[in-house]
Amino acid sequence: MPDDRLRSHHDMGGQPAGAIERAEHDYALWEKRVDALLVLLGSKDRRLITVDELRRNIEGLGAEAYDKMSYYERWIHAITQTLIQRGVISVDELGRKIQAVQEREDHHG
Amino acid sequence: MADEVPPRFRVGDRVTVRAAYPIGHVRTPHYIRGKRGVIERLCGVFAKPEELAYARSGLPKQPLYRVRFLQTDVWGDYSGQSTDVIEVEIFQHWLEAVEEAP
Repeated sequence: MPDDRLRSHHDMGGQPAGAIERAEHDYALWEKRVDALLVLLGSKDRRLITVDELRRNIEGLGAEAYDKMSYYERWIHAITQTLIQRGVISVDELGRKIQAVQEREDHHG
Repeated sequence: MADEVPPRFRVGDRVTVRAAYPIGHVRTPHYIRGKRGVIERLCGVFAKPEELAYARSGLPKQPLYRVRFLQTDVWGDYSGQSTDVIEVEIFQHWLEAVEEAP
């Protein structure tokens, strides 16, 4: 068998997985927005992210974070990482925006 | 074409998947590395995902094959039919030719 010590956490084909959740579920509004964000960023007139950059940034999560985060949490993490790596947004801009949103929420929450 | 690597393999050729373990974004599943299979078809040529993952061009484009493996060759404890197969799409740069015995 391939050397399991060299297997990345996300590369889990063939590993024990437990029961499969087969129930359908609705997506939250923020999850739909994350999906739309990826489509818009990757569109032909923008090309600000490739699916391979998305995957690389998801695969770069530590094992604990990978398991703990939901599907679209991993996506928004990876989209954010890609936009910072490409210089589309800066860490400082992101921090200030999150702070502004947080303060708005605290006022109107 | 300068931005496209020509196909090395034909349908029916026996190949071994490279047992390499680089970091980064790799589309060759871990479980298939080092396994021996047969070229089932050429799927086309595509930019290298390993490079696209770092916002580079991924050129020259690489041939992508569908490769057929016996399940019993892939999983040590496989308990299904001995003729069962699994097909995996693998880029040419992950494949090596198997020297046929004379």
